[in-house]
Amino acid sequence: MVSPFAWFKWVALLKDWHVFAEGFLMTAIVSASALGLALLLGIFFGMLGASHWKIPWVLTRCYVEFIQNTPLVIQVFFLYNGLPYLGVTLPVIAVGIIGVGVYHGAYIAEVIRSGIQAVPKGQREAALSQGFTYWEALRYIILPQAKKVVFPPLTNQVVYLIRNTSVLAMIAGGDLMYRADSWAGNNLYYGPSYVVTGLLYLILCLPLSQFARHLERKAEVSA
Amino acid sequence: MITIENVEKHFGHLHVLKNINLHVKSGEKLVVIGPSGSGKSTLIRCINMLERPSHGRVVVDGVEVTAHKAEVQKVRQSVGMVFQQFNLYPHKTVLENLTLAPILIQKKSPKEAEETGMAFLERVGLKAKAGAYPSQLSGGQQQRVAIARALNMHPKIMLFDEPTSALDPEMIQEVLDVMTGLAHDGITMVVVTHEMGFAREVADRVIFMDDGKILEDGSPEHFFKNPTQERTKQFLSRILR
Repeated sequence: MVSPFAWFKWVALLKDWHVFAEGFLMTAIVSASALGLALLLGIFFGMLGASHWKIPWVLTRCYVEFIQNTPLVIQVFFLYNGLPYLGVTLPVIAVGIIGVGVYHGAYIAEVIRSGIQAVPKGQREAALSQGFTYWEALRYIILPQAKKVVFPPLTNQVVYLIRNTSVLAMIAGGDLMYRADSWAGNNLYYGPSYVVTGLLYLILCLPLSQFARHLERKAEVSA
Repeated sequence: MITIENVEKHFGHLHVLKNINLHVKSGEKLVVIGPSGSGKSTLIRCINMLERPSHGRVVVDGVEVTAHKAEVQKVRQSVGMVFQQFNLYPHKTVLENLTLAPILIQKKSPKEAEETGMAFLERVGLKAKAGAYPSQLSGGQQQRVAIARALNMHPKIMLFDEPTSALDPEMIQEVLDVMTGLAHDGITMVVVTHEMGFAREVADRVIFMDDGKILEDGSPEHFFKNPTQERTKQFLSRILR
């Protein structure tokens, strides 16, 4: 019986390094784009969720509750397999960006909402009493104070988002997880393939997690 | 300067203001007294629309704020408000607290806003604290900064919502002194307070509220010496020992 981590398997992996590099690149691109989308959605719906306007508030709750209470895999399957029946066929990379972006947008919206609501009500009232509009009060008075509360969980969301791009592997997305899986699927060298893939995710995520810890400590000190 | 007509306010089942009618003349110092829960804070917050009346009209400086939603921001710029909890912006320095709204909302130049800001800080005795953050100040100092912040908008009306209720006893006087000085300048003032001494000395007029209604309306002498309502006498006998 050959060891799953036999030397020749590592040599084979090294020879095909570009497979993993391409997957790594794809994961990085999808992560960065999905993060952009998630931040846009999250900040927008987070602000609506903290507002007192009924209809935007209900819309926000629908979005957040639907996304948080269904698995990401199902959402991505729907985008990939369901949408074509409605006449919309998206390239795989777009499915990844939209699927992961919309999913984490809902979580980020909750992070932003709770951050806004953690700022005492008197701050909004003081700003309004000086003639600020609701949006100006948010921008100049409330969000700068919410930042401290929001940054640590927001950074954690970025880490989850990067890991969750691996859902693309389910729909032949060309991301790191998919490349690793299909490369190993051909030659059955799963051991080295998954070790290297894990390390690559670690390289992406670990600095961010450390950054989140750092922000948390800073927030505790200044609180 | 301020006209309140047939104003009602409901919070769910609570009927907080019951058919309030009130006219405040330009330059008048009106003190609002009453037990907690009588609706006095709600009334003062209806003047700058922090609370929207359920019914009735509020006219401030010639603008019917209950009818013209778009005008509310404009009117608020000329109505300063001082809160019980100070509500200074903790992420800004003292001077930035004073200049933020004048620069962003009134489009003053930073230089002008800082000059007038320093003048108002000097007036409340806190020029030396211009670069400090609110958390580095005592409660009395924070409230004086809050007054200076409101003044730096050059308001026509100043609203005070229990400005000394959150302060340690020895800090109350420094805030009342600033308010008394302000009263002598001729600005219109509406003050919700439990400070009877201030009401007696500074007010042109005192109203007494209970259960969402104005029970007493007259000069301080009338209010303290010859209150008409039994409820007022009862309140005064408890508060003036």
